[in-house]
Amino acid sequence: MFDLDLWREIFQSINKNRTRSLLSGFTVAFAILLFTILFGIANGLQNTFEQEFVDTASNSIFIMSGQTSMANEGLQAGRKIQFKNEDYDYIKEEFSDKVEFITSRVFKSVNASYKTEKNNYSLIAVHPDYQFVEKNIIKEGRYINQNDLENRTKNIVIGRLVEEDLFIKESAIGKYVNLNGIQFKVVGVFTDEGGDDEERIIYMPLATAQHLYGNNDYIDQMNLTYSPELNYEQALGFSNLLTRKLKSRFSVASDDQRGIRVFNMAEATQQVDQMTLGLTVIILVIGFGTLIAGIVGISNIMIFIVKERTKEIGIRKALGATPKSIISIILIESILITAIAGYVGLLIGVGVLELIGSSLEVYFITNPGVNNSLVFGATITLVFAGALAGYLPAQKASRIKPIVALRND
Amino acid sequence: MLQIKKLHKSYPIGNSSLHVLKGIDLSVEEGEMVAIMGSSGSGKSTLLNIIGMLDEADSGEYILDGLLIKNLTEKKAAVYRNKFLGFIFQSFNLINYKNALENVALPLYYQGLKRKERQELAMFHLGKVGLTNWAHHLPKELSGGQKQRVAIARALAANPKLLLADEPTGALDTTTSNEIMAFIQQLNDEGKTILMVTHEEDIANMCKRIVRLRDGVIIEDKKVNQVRVEQYV
Repeated sequence: MFDLDLWREIFQSINKNRTRSLLSGFTVAFAILLFTILFGIANGLQNTFEQEFVDTASNSIFIMSGQTSMANEGLQAGRKIQFKNEDYDYIKEEFSDKVEFITSRVFKSVNASYKTEKNNYSLIAVHPDYQFVEKNIIKEGRYINQNDLENRTKNIVIGRLVEEDLFIKESAIGKYVNLNGIQFKVVGVFTDEGGDDEERIIYMPLATAQHLYGNNDYIDQMNLTYSPELNYEQALGFSNLLTRKLKSRFSVASDDQRGIRVFNMAEATQQVDQMTLGLTVIILVIGFGTLIAGIVGISNIMIFIVKERTKEIGIRKALGATPKSIISIILIESILITAIAGYVGLLIGVGVLELIGSSLEVYFITNPGVNNSLVFGATITLVFAGALAGYLPAQKASRIKPIVALRND
Repeated sequence: MLQIKKLHKSYPIGNSSLHVLKGIDLSVEEGEMVAIMGSSGSGKSTLLNIIGMLDEADSGEYILDGLLIKNLTEKKAAVYRNKFLGFIFQSFNLINYKNALENVALPLYYQGLKRKERQELAMFHLGKVGLTNWAHHLPKELSGGQKQRVAIARALAANPKLLLADEPTGALDTTTSNEIMAFIQQLNDEGKTILMVTHEEDIANMCKRIVRLRDGVIIEDKKVNQVRVEQYV
């Protein structure tokens, strides 16, 4: 039931005892403020982490070649290993049950121009599967397809920022871009969550690039993703097997670390997962720590408040106040103050995060923010703790014989 | 109005206990004005507290207005205090963040009266003690005598059957004391039963009956000729 008189009593008490009200309010507001900011920053760190690694499929394997560092099978050290199309076919064939997507890569740098706009971009010649390995998202048009490969079409797919640079406000689809003197037709525009650099890339069919730039079947690098059904151990086993097979295929010593390199993202992912777990634990510890500090603070203040009000309680009892009315007046007052203060703390905390959030990216903190339900939960915990901390002494005070409370001190 | 039989009370002090009241028999009729006298430690305040239901006796019988006061729950005690008793304390015991009017209205709040009624009634009682113009002042803005008058108005507001005063003039100078006593006499004239603890002989003589305590027993209980105080207000 809404008792207007009770609320009048409470508001008067809050209003006339401002120091006391501010003190308890400040404790809660500050605890929630700290909680919000710390949690927000921790979340920001985690966001950075996730963003850094979301870019490439986590089940990726990169296969790179270099110069051998050891002599093997009568071959001298320093021999250059060059992948060719047949190696791509070999892997695709040999591991067909484990490979999900596979693509070759040839890297080049090109000067691109459209009308008066000019710029230098990285060009990567790829298989159609590359879209899934790199997690490119088609914004407009289509990706490189099988037909492009077979017919060595002069079609390209460009990143969102390439389109922005060269075409300003126009749509690039169907237009021709000049790459090092040859005209290519833009068939698609893609976006990538990996950041700006990933969107300043031009993709070309592998066969086209091999034909135009050297007329060979060389490959710089191969990327593949393995079947998501493989667990961590199986994935490692797969990449180890792949490494061994490739090394023997190219007569590279089994402990040569340079000739052929296979990098399995699973290992990195594992590390990232552990890091994220560590971060989560730290966040939880910080959160609980702040919360406990807040609880201790508000409990102390509640005990102090009840102590301070003992005489008033005695007077009220002498005038006919029931224990229940005394407990409720103290509790509702403290709940009201802590709830409002908690909300204020939350608002300030969120405001601070909003304000400084974007300037923290230098410190690897991206989009620091908090889950609202989490902070509400924390506020409610504090309010509840305050109420509990107030309830016990209030109940005790309500049982005090008025004469003890009224004794001259 | 009030009957007390074989009342005992002791307080624990460390491991031993202090026997404060050792069998008190006392009976007060309606309309009486009784002073309870005794040196400090004689048990007079304890007796008043038990009568005021602020404290409980260990054994003995206490009947107030035909009602046996025993093993009261806190809630019941609160209701009885509110209905039957008005308190006046030596140190006034006003709530310091409430103004005079709000202090007087507080027992009415606990009686469940509506706000408007409370304020009217409180104003009426403040008028009776001559503080209409001070209604919206906080206790710290009032003199000692004024504070005690607010306290008296508050004690009267709930229209109690019995008015209990614990050294009501103890913190006041002679002139103000007389002023307050004049009020209390006037209240008694209007029919209120008054029980007062004091250790001042002249204050006690302003009552109609003096009960003397020493070491927890009544050593004397006599009617006196009331000394009237001149009206100052």
